[in-house]
Amino acid sequence: MSALLEATDLAYHSGGRALVDGIDLSFAGGSFTVIVGPNGAGKSTLLRLLCGELAPARGNVRWNGEKLHAIPAWRLAHRRAAMPQASDLNFPFTVFEVASLGTQGIGRGLSGSDRQRLAFEALEQADVAHLAPRNYQTLSGGERQRVHFARVLAQLAAGRTLEAQQALFLDEPIASLDLKHQLALLESAKNLARRGLAVIAVLHDLQLAAGVADDLVLLHQARLVTRGSPDTVLTPATLAEVFGVALHGNALPTSPWMRVQA
Amino acid sequence: MTTIALRQGRVRTGFRESRALLLTALAVLVLLVSLAALGLGATGVPLSRTLSIVADAIMGRTAAMSGDGLIILQVRLPRLLLGLLIGAALASSGALMQGLFRNPLADPGLIGVSAGAALAAATTIVLGDALLARLIGPLPFTALPIGAFTGGLLTTLALYVVATRSGRTSIATMLLAGVAFGALSGAVMGLFSYVSDDRQLRDLSFWSLGSLSGATWAKTMTVVPFILPTLLAMPFLARGLNALALGEAEAFHLGVPVQRVKALAILLVAVAVGASVAAAGMIGFVGIVVPHMLRLMAGADHRMLLPASALLGAALLVAADTVARTVAAPAELPIGILTAAIGAPFFLWLLLRRPGGMAL
Repeated sequence: MSALLEATDLAYHSGGRALVDGIDLSFAGGSFTVIVGPNGAGKSTLLRLLCGELAPARGNVRWNGEKLHAIPAWRLAHRRAAMPQASDLNFPFTVFEVASLGTQGIGRGLSGSDRQRLAFEALEQADVAHLAPRNYQTLSGGERQRVHFARVLAQLAAGRTLEAQQALFLDEPIASLDLKHQLALLESAKNLARRGLAVIAVLHDLQLAAGVADDLVLLHQARLVTRGSPDTVLTPATLAEVFGVALHGNALPTSPWMRVQA
Repeated sequence: MTTIALRQGRVRTGFRESRALLLTALAVLVLLVSLAALGLGATGVPLSRTLSIVADAIMGRTAAMSGDGLIILQVRLPRLLLGLLIGAALASSGALMQGLFRNPLADPGLIGVSAGAALAAATTIVLGDALLARLIGPLPFTALPIGAFTGGLLTTLALYVVATRSGRTSIATMLLAGVAFGALSGAVMGLFSYVSDDRQLRDLSFWSLGSLSGATWAKTMTVVPFILPTLLAMPFLARGLNALALGEAEAFHLGVPVQRVKALAILLVAVAVGASVAAAGMIGFVGIVVPHMLRLMAGADHRMLLPASALLGAALLVAADTVARTVAAPAELPIGILTAAIGAPFFLWLLLRRPGGMAL
């Protein structure tokens, strides 16, 4: 499998401090990669560099060999969607309108009702279709996060009419979700990876990360520590060294230990 | 699946119907207010007569023009058009600025255009005669609007340059720089009114309260090429502003050329508001109250909000102007007094009746 996204010697500084330093990584379509690491390790910064939001101070990111920063925003929006950690909204948009933002101006040959159908299907998939006419501002934190997940799903669905190869970036997508919706969202993301997308997420819960990821990327102090399958990355040694925690027993579950009820 | 389809259908058609209904209702409102504005005044003209005068003028039959015909076609019609243009410009500029600043309380003046125009106008009024007139002779009456328009544009440009670093404009910096410039301009205005003579002081206060009086066909036609194109261009920013509501990063992820949207929005507002202020002085509150009312009524989608704001702003400003020139006829109230006196309590009421209070 060739790499869809390739980062070379990636570095980013802010306020004289390196947030990401000399990272080489590649990501293939069809795999679910989870970035883990302690607070301040540079996980979100790395994600924002990979999706083109930040311009690297050194090194570069290539999409199928093409420099990410040479790709215009509208084309990039067809190729990848990104879900933020949190997004506040000062205007009374309805849930349906927020999801529809993912389809506005994206896609080729889509009629207005096609776009609305895509937005509605995405809301269904994120289990928030019943909230469609509600004012987004009145939702709980978890509901908001699910609406944004619907928005990125709608964007990917609309973008698929123009670009066959896509990527999805999730920055702590399950931080405010209840357990059922955490698992459901990760399942959806996993399914997208099964369908050929490169899915790259930042997660804090190592057990969920180990359960869902094909590949883990472990960051510590702006640098890449190791990358590989969950059982090779999450060893007692790395956990002690990077997270400063001792592991009781000797192994983490490598397959999902909780499942959503069908 | 049928329930999904049903619900989906309801959300969809509900949205389209309400949008078309609202825009139609607002267009009718503009028409009614316009007819009232043509008929009402120191000389009242009955509706049927007003209609026949306007119809005659449209058909090109102006040969046998009566007295009330002249009043309507030469005095009230240019003033009506100026009021419609300026009301539409102020309200939709307000909606645009609120979208750009992601804050429902943003005012079109935040980008410095009003303060800059006011400062330039005050300078023209107070120092024009003393300094400029000695160099170029008596100032033409167009010196004030030209000065105000140029001053507003230059100020916005300066703030834009200050807030832009390596190709990215920081909206927060622009806001803070605008506040700083507003304070500075206020100080200079205060100094000017302190040193000005009685006539200059009258001009200053009249100008800072705003008025549509003195509208002529020449003045209205000078404003048209500045305001009309900006009004027509604004709806093209609607999608970008909708995405910007989520944040700049999210808008970029959604494929919006963020920097271009910001620069274009600032340019359009500077031209529209600059032309409005130059032609009619400072008219407050239209830019905040109108978009806010519409958001409460019909939601925040800028594809609806921008055209609806233009219509409601036009109707409100013409209505306020009609009151301003009839309530104490033949004398006229400055329109800024009316818009603020009606707008401010109404705005407070809007804020207080919301259960969450002022959610910013």
